[in-house]
Order: sequence, then structure tokens, then C-alpha cells
Amino acid sequence: MAGITRYGSYLPYNRLQRAAIGAGKGERTVASYDEDSVSMGVEAARDAVRGAPGIDTLIFATTSPPYAEKLNAATVAAALDLPRTLRSLELGASTRMGIGALLAGADAAAGGGRALVVASDVVIGAPGGGRESGSGDGAVAFVTGPDSEAIARVVGRASATAEILDVWRLPSDPFAKQWEERFGAETLGPIVLDTATRALKDAGVGPADLKTVILDGTNARAMAVVPEALRLKPEQLADPLLGSVGRTGAAHAGLLLARALDSSNAGDRILIVVGGDGCDALVLEVTGKLAAARPAHSVDRWLGSKRNDLPYNTYLKWRGILPFEPPRRPEPERPAAPPMQRAGHWKHAFFGSRCESCGTGHLPPQRVCVKCAAVDQMREERFADTSCKVATYTLDHLAYTLQPPVVAAIVDYDGGGRLSCELTDVDPKSVKIGNELEMTFRRLYTGQGVHNYFWKARPKR
Amino acid sequence: MASNGIKDRVAIVGMGCTPFGEHWDKGADDLLVDAATEAYKSAGVAPDDVDAYWLGTMGSGVSGLMLSEALKLPYKPVTRLENMCATGSEAMRNAAYAVASGAYDLVMAIGVEKLKDSGFSGLTGSRPPSDGTDPSMTAPATFSLLAPAYAKKYGVDEATLKQVLARIAWKNHKNGAKNPKAQFRKEVAMDKICASPSVAGMLGIFDCSGVSDGSAAAILCRAEDAHRYSKHPIYLKALSFAAGPAEGFFSQDYDFTSFPEVVASSRDAYKQAGVTDPREQISMAEVHDCFTPTELVLMEDMGFSPRGQAWKDEQEGRFDLEGAQPVNPDGGLKSFGHPIGASGLRMMYEMWLQLRGEAGARQIKSPKLGLTHNLGGAPGRCVSFVSIVGNSLG
Repeated sequence: MAGITRYGSYLPYNRLQRAAIGAGKGERTVASYDEDSVSMGVEAARDAVRGAPGIDTLIFATTSPPYAEKLNAATVAAALDLPRTLRSLELGASTRMGIGALLAGADAAAGGGRALVVASDVVIGAPGGGRESGSGDGAVAFVTGPDSEAIARVVGRASATAEILDVWRLPSDPFAKQWEERFGAETLGPIVLDTATRALKDAGVGPADLKTVILDGTNARAMAVVPEALRLKPEQLADPLLGSVGRTGAAHAGLLLARALDSSNAGDRILIVVGGDGCDALVLEVTGKLAAARPAHSVDRWLGSKRNDLPYNTYLKWRGILPFEPPRRPEPERPAAPPMQRAGHWKHAFFGSRCESCGTGHLPPQRVCVKCAAVDQMREERFADTSCKVATYTLDHLAYTLQPPVVAAIVDYDGGGRLSCELTDVDPKSVKIGNELEMTFRRLYTGQGVHNYFWKARPKR
Repeated sequence: MASNGIKDRVAIVGMGCTPFGEHWDKGADDLLVDAATEAYKSAGVAPDDVDAYWLGTMGSGVSGLMLSEALKLPYKPVTRLENMCATGSEAMRNAAYAVASGAYDLVMAIGVEKLKDSGFSGLTGSRPPSDGTDPSMTAPATFSLLAPAYAKKYGVDEATLKQVLARIAWKNHKNGAKNPKAQFRKEVAMDKICASPSVAGMLGIFDCSGVSDGSAAAILCRAEDAHRYSKHPIYLKALSFAAGPAEGFFSQDYDFTSFPEVVASSRDAYKQAGVTDPREQISMAEVHDCFTPTELVLMEDMGFSPRGQAWKDEQEGRFDLEGAQPVNPDGGLKSFGHPIGASGLRMMYEMWLQLRGEAGARQIKSPKLGLTHNLGGAPGRCVSFVSIVGNSLG
């Protein structure tokens, strides 16, 4: 058997108020213009991989892949500085694949490996529709390993696959469609209930023994058959975070699991049931190792760190739904493959260099030391987790950005090193010299059809 | 190992300068023909008399062919060079060494830029293929960092500093209003400058130099030959250049209140020219006022003002046209405009006019030594050029 040994989650900084789109109360999370499923997946995984050695497999699940054909998982692996010998898998086409990936990760662990499972989505719905207002953007990550190291052991599971026209989207379509929801409920509901029941039987656990039940799926009515049929009490049902986050696609079930783990105790049993073109269900049992292995950011910590004054038209621009007047500036050029390859460790994993002769840190890495002029005396050093602060900054009202003004900062790193860097996830009015910052992996822009990933700094969340 | 200089060994015997501005009706080749023709005439020479050319342009053409084709030169050597905003000055520096070496007898340095053909606002450079991680701070943003740093270091409150910066813009526009070749030829009131919308940090539109087209040229020879071409040549006393190691971009010690490259290049220039007290001995200067706080900091880096005092000197009008040490008498980058390849030579053109008593409404009384300065890049990572010129030997 196998289980989860570490986990991490990520919610973006911005929120769209439902009132701003005439869709009732609450808010949904919105990935920034410089985020995508890869960048958010990296953020969730950073917390998960700290102190988790020996990852040999990466499984990335998303229904919003930045590239339709180029392994997005490779970018995730590069940003996390995972080993070259890594095995990688990329899953998609259904939001159920987030938990599908977790089950595959458990399989890898049962075979003696350790898998990093990342599920992440930017969910776009047609303006004015329920998918737009009811969805959210976010990511979650799990590391799997042997029972002996698990913070939550997989004690039962079951699956089903069913060809049902419920939710669908062609690759060329920006918005998904759904058949009449009652039809999906009618056909998927029984499959979901059956799968959940089989998982409980596999675990030897009854509904009353469950501390937390996580239900997520493409069809809310289908999922709703479970609490009634299993006679679950309201306090057993995990809050689906629809009012504060929205349904985060392939990440959602995992996100709710992460939140459950944020407050679970040893011995708690958790049932996760995810419906969509079939069903995946698993039963987890929390161990005594959880307390010492929680990530630096709980889901609630991400929830509480936000800016929720995003105008609707800005949201539409960020998601590319609304064409708008471009600036009088040339289109950005695509980054070139050979320079990106040479600079890969800097560009993706944020490795600078430190002079072994005099100890001066350099960002980007250099061959010649700026302080003592020693040549080729540098060792690589990763600055991605190094605390940093605003040395000075300016608000640039002229530079083109999808969230004006640009906050252009000179960032100084603890222990030496300096970088000219754009700040993101920041209220320009709040920036002060000395503000503490942390680095975050982002998609700077897409130039001539090539995504350009790198790092920015943001105020500590 | 030395920077020996070639003081008094090279003279400028003719110059030309087109008006700077939005020349929709002129291409780069037209501007080159205009500036070159004016320079030949100024030196009283025929095109064929010039032995070699140095052409400065940042992005308006490549190869010496750009000039030789426009001027129909008969198989003369033409070097095309670039050193960011110091390009025009760099053309002159290299032309001067060539003629001092004896390889040629009469040379031309000419710079040109056509910024208005791109359709884009601001500078657009083309860069080699990159890994996509280069810092992308705009020019106004990088130079705007100078202002709060200066205010903090020298205890000047930001409202006062804003006034000082506005006064620099006001001074340069006032000078430009007296200059028929400048892009902007109207005085601008202080309150209009202060009210302009923010571009970056403390800087508004009037704190930033404009985008324009133009060309300027100089004809140089060895000092002993100058009398053949001109009764009133001017003599190069110093030519210096410093390309920085970008220390400010890596080191946390850099505090954005100085340009070490300017300090290095001006010290070298003073040594070459035998200047020991720039505040007293430099009669007038054309400096790189790409943005108003740049000019402020340059006054201290070049030793015109003691550290922390330039803001007072600016306020008191020391650097006004009528002041003790006029800076940017022709309007500066601010109102003359900044076609990159031409600017350094445009600065020398003002020194040429002033030292020969031909500056008209802008004439400074009996100037002895003039200084030109260009800066290319950003605070913390730049190149700097300084020249010193005079109208007599010794």
C-alpha cells in the first residue's frame, strides 16, 4: 500500500466579486495575467517538495494546458529542479484527472517510487454563465510514498469509466458546454454512488466512520446523491469553497483534500469522490505523521491573502475573452531556444551564483565576479526560497501591463545578490522600501506563440 | 598602461547640424546628406577632401554603406559604430584618434537617428535572441529611481526635489526657446511642468527628453593643419570613455545617487585636459539630460557641485544660461531632442558655436573650456563619455 507523504496548495491573489458580474454573493479566485496552470502548479508543489527527497515521477493534471503539444510537466519539473532521470506523465481532458493523477501517484508509490502529483487549472466560462461565476483558479500538489512515511494512507479505492455527454469542449473552443444538468445527474449519479460504495467496501469502512467526505464533479446534482444515500451528517461534508474560491477544475477535489488535511488528526478517515465521465473514489486514513509535515501555506492562509477589487473588464482582458486596444509598442519577441537551454537553471529554477573567492552573490549567474574579478570561481546557488526585500522601486505608468501601473523594483536578497524585478500580486499604494518579498514563478508573456516563464517577486503571502 | 589623451592635437574645423524634430518628410539618408553638406561648407572643403568617416547610429542603419551610399562616397573608409546614447560622441572620439595617428589628414564624424519611422512611442531597440529573463524596466522607470534616492541621502524633502527637477526642465526649455534648431522652442511654465501626469515615480512628461529625428557632423584634422580650413577652429583637450561592469545591478552597495561611470570618465577627461577645479574651470557644459534627475546627479558626478549640493545650485540658477556655469545652453536633450546617434555631435555643435561667438541669443560671455557628456544605459549599468574643448591651444 501507499499514501500521501507531503502536500501543498495554491490560490491566486486576485478575486472577482460575483456582484461585479451580477451573479449573486461571494467571490471566485482569479489567476493573474501572469499565471497559468503550470505556474500555479509550481507554486503548490514548492510547499510539497520541501523536505521530500527522492521524487522519481511527476504526474501533472490540467484541463487548461498552456501548450496543447509540448510537455507542460517538463516546465513544472524544471522550475522545481527535479532530477533529469524523472519519469513524467501529463493527464487532461477531464477535471476528474486531478484525483486520477493522485491514484496514479499512489500506484507509483505502491511500486516503490515517490511521485509528485500536481493538479492545476485556470477555468474559463462564457461571460454571463454559471461556469464563469461558479469556477475558480487554483492548484494542489501531493507527494506519494510508502505507507511507512505516509501522513495519509490510501486504504480503499474504486473507479468507473462511462461514456456520457455531460460536459464537453473542442480544443478550438474557448468555453465548455454542458448538456441539461438533470440528464447528467440521472446517468452519472448512480455511477458515482456505486463507486463510492465500492471504495468504502474496499476500505472496510462505513459512512459513519468517515470524518470528512469530499464530493466534487462536473455535475453537482450527480454528486448530491451521495450524502443522502449514505446518510451523511452535514458536519461530515467538506465545504466545497464555492463562495470563496469556486470550482477549480482538475485541482478542486485535491484542494478540498489539502484543506481537510490542514485540520485533520491522526486516525481521521477521509472519503474523496470525484465524478465526471465516470468516477474515482478513494478512502484515506490520516496518520500521526501529519502534524509535522504540514506545508508552510494552508488553504485558508491563501484564502486570507487577497485583493478583491478586480474589475470585470480586467478579468475578461486577462483571460483573453475581450479584445482590446494594444499599446503602441512592438509585440514581444519569442525567447530563443538555445539561450533558454543554456540559461535553464537560472530561468526556470532561479539559480544564481556565488563567488567562492569572496562570497558575493550574483543574479543572474556570472563567470566573472563583480566584486573581486575572479574568473570561473562560482558555485551555483538557488535563490528561489531566499528572503528578499525592496531596496528601491518606482511605479511606471508608461510601461505596458495588463495591471497598471508596473511596480518596478530593485530587489536585494538576504546574504547578497540583487535583481531588477517586476513585483506582482501587489497593491502599488502599499509598496515601501524594505518590504519583505518572496519569489514566485510566473509566465511573463507569450511572444510569437512561445510562452516565456521566469520569476517575479511579490510581497510575502 | 595609461590614458594619455591627445590634448591639443586635434581640431574641429567645420560642423553641421540639422534641426531636430519629427521629420516625416526626411529619411536617415536625407538627414545625413543635410548634416554632411553643412559640415563640408562650414570647413570650406569638398566632399572628396575628406579621407575617412565615422558614422554613428544606434538603430537607423547598419554598415558604413549607409553613409557611403547616401553621399556617393568614392570608396572611402566608413566605420559604423554604436555605443548606446554615446554613439555620436563615440564617432567623434574614434575619428579624432584616427586623424591624430596620422593615418588620415581630414576626417568626418557624423551621427544620425530616425526614431519617428517606427510608429511606436518611446525607444524600441532590437535585441539578439535571448532567454527571456532580461530585466525590462523602461528608461523612465530606471532613471526615476535617482530621485527618491537623492532626496533620502541628502535630506531633501520630496516636494522640494520635485521643484528642483521641474526647474531643470524649465531651464532647458527656456534655452531651447532661443534655439532655431531645437525640437521644442517654447518656454514652459513651472506650474505646467509640475502638473504633468506621472510617467514613472516622481517624473512627469516634462521630466523626460523627447523622441526625435536628426543628424549632426564634425570635420576634424590635426591641430597644426587647422588654419587651412578655419580661422576659428576649436581644439579637443580631452576625450574619455568608461564602460561600467554593471556593478550597480549586482551589488547591494549601489544606492542610485551617482553614476560611477561618469565619475570615472570625467576624472579621466580632467586629467587629460589638465583641469583641476571643474567647478571653476569648465565654462559651460552640454550633459546628458535624458531625464531631469539625471542632470541633477551629473552635476555632482562631474564635480560641478559638491555632493549633496547640486539641488541648491540648480535652485539658485548657477546652471542657467546667465548663471556662473551654464549647463545645456542649447536646450539639452530635453528641448533639442534626442536622436540617439546624433546627440553627442549636436552637443559639440553648441560648443563649436559658443566658442566661436556664433551662439546668437544663447551666447555665453567669453567661454574658455566647454564640456560635452553622454550617458548610455541605466543607473547601475551604463557607459559614459566626456569631452573637453576650447578655442585656444594650451
